[in-house]
Amino acid sequence: MDSPQPAVLSATNLSKRYGETVAVDGVSFEVRRNEIVGLLGPNGAGKTTTINMILGVLEADAGSVRIGGLDVTKRRSQALARTNFAAVYAPLPGNLTVYENLRVFGMIYGVHALAERIEQLIAEFELTKFRKTKCGVLSSGEQTRLCLAKAMLNSPNLLLLDEPTASLDPASARDIRASIRTLSMHGSRGVLWTSHNMYEVEEVCHRVLFLSHGRILLEGDPKSLPAEHGKQSLEELFIAVAREPLSLEGV
Amino acid sequence: MSMRPTLAVVLRHFYLLRGSPARILPLFAWVTIDIVLWGFLSHYLTSITSTAFHFVPALLGAVLLWDFCIRVMQGVTLAFFEDVWSRNFLNIFATPLTISDYVGGLVLSSIATSSVGLVVMLVLASAVFGLSFFALGAAAVPFLMVLFLFGIAIGIFACAIVLRLGPAAEWFIWPIPALISPFAGVLYPLATLPPWMRAVSYVLPPSYVFEGLRRLIQGGAVSAGRLAAGTALAGLEILLACWYFRKVYRHAVKTGLIARYSAESLN
Repeated sequence: MDSPQPAVLSATNLSKRYGETVAVDGVSFEVRRNEIVGLLGPNGAGKTTTINMILGVLEADAGSVRIGGLDVTKRRSQALARTNFAAVYAPLPGNLTVYENLRVFGMIYGVHALAERIEQLIAEFELTKFRKTKCGVLSSGEQTRLCLAKAMLNSPNLLLLDEPTASLDPASARDIRASIRTLSMHGSRGVLWTSHNMYEVEEVCHRVLFLSHGRILLEGDPKSLPAEHGKQSLEELFIAVAREPLSLEGV
Repeated sequence: MSMRPTLAVVLRHFYLLRGSPARILPLFAWVTIDIVLWGFLSHYLTSITSTAFHFVPALLGAVLLWDFCIRVMQGVTLAFFEDVWSRNFLNIFATPLTISDYVGGLVLSSIATSSVGLVVMLVLASAVFGLSFFALGAAAVPFLMVLFLFGIAIGIFACAIVLRLGPAAEWFIWPIPALISPFAGVLYPLATLPPWMRAVSYVLPPSYVFEGLRRLIQGGAVSAGRLAAGTALAGLEILLACWYFRKVYRHAVKTGLIARYSAESLN
């Protein structure tokens, strides 16, 4: 049996409360090297709050996040230098061109041989004809490809993707999924992926975590998990988590 | 420590300026308007009064120095507002960029943009109204330094206010120079002010500059001690502004404001 790969992300007992509302309640999980982990759950389950805590833009009330062994609170810059993200709600500034955005963020992330890296990513994400185009006029699919190119600038060990294919047509989404799956298998990269597309999750993720009301309700292989809980598909399981979380609690 | 992240913030601002006449024009347009308005007013006052008082350096000189201070402040705030307007906080703050890198980048951007205004101001004031800042001698350097430092301090403080209160608070920022100006004695000696306003002016570094400027024009000597006090005060106010920005940032990270920053997140 293969020994487990080392963890690129360790979240331990993460909790966050907004006033009386508990957004995340003692969540612990790991993302290992060359693994794509799906973070699933209905709207308001705590996925984005969890991602924001991992990215250091939201302080946890309790718990810790370690990226490559580095505590995000104590060694924020070093930990985030080996992390990157793409999210539908965080488009790059529309008043800069594709090239300008990649150059600015490449400098922020301290990317070596930046000019070459930008050319490589522009080609890889099919942005060549848009390199001098202001990002605000790109289609949502093109903007998504740019966000993914930005997310790959520093060849991150930990890649956080919050609904990365939400605005892509099926063909583009398939290409992006294939490319991320390939990228995750190289080097020491791990990916945390959120999506509401269960077909996509089943195709891409090695392991999924179902969040409900800020807690991890279920965890396992997306291909076998539905059957383990008497459901036909991952989508059916998702709906059960969203509508009847108590029926699955403690299973 | 690498300067690259700081320079990235400057580069971002350069890219924005490069492609946008709407951003370039204000760098010198307001300075030009002020020179024309106050230049002719100063000439007119000189022509109708019989005193030997030098209105051109006293009024136009003071207005232009104050303009410089405002440009420095706006250089910082506008670079920050670009991130507010493009909703870029999540992209910016979920990176290895530190608060020092970020604020350093805003300050460097301001140095670049306010220098453009300063050069235009020096050339026009000299060419059109014969006002040479070189006539101020060595005092011109500390005058500009104090105003520059104070402009940076209020710029950083203004950014912190907008970060704390949300994008709509931008409208609190534009009138700040107009609120400070009566206390700083830009156009009149501090002795003109009632005691309570004078007490406020003592903590405003520009008041030391404008008092010094008037003394110089009237043939007196500028007190090195007072200029040093103004410089020290401005330096202290920069430190206080940085401390406040950092405190507001910590609050924004604690409450999730950074991640949810938008026009609707005023709380």
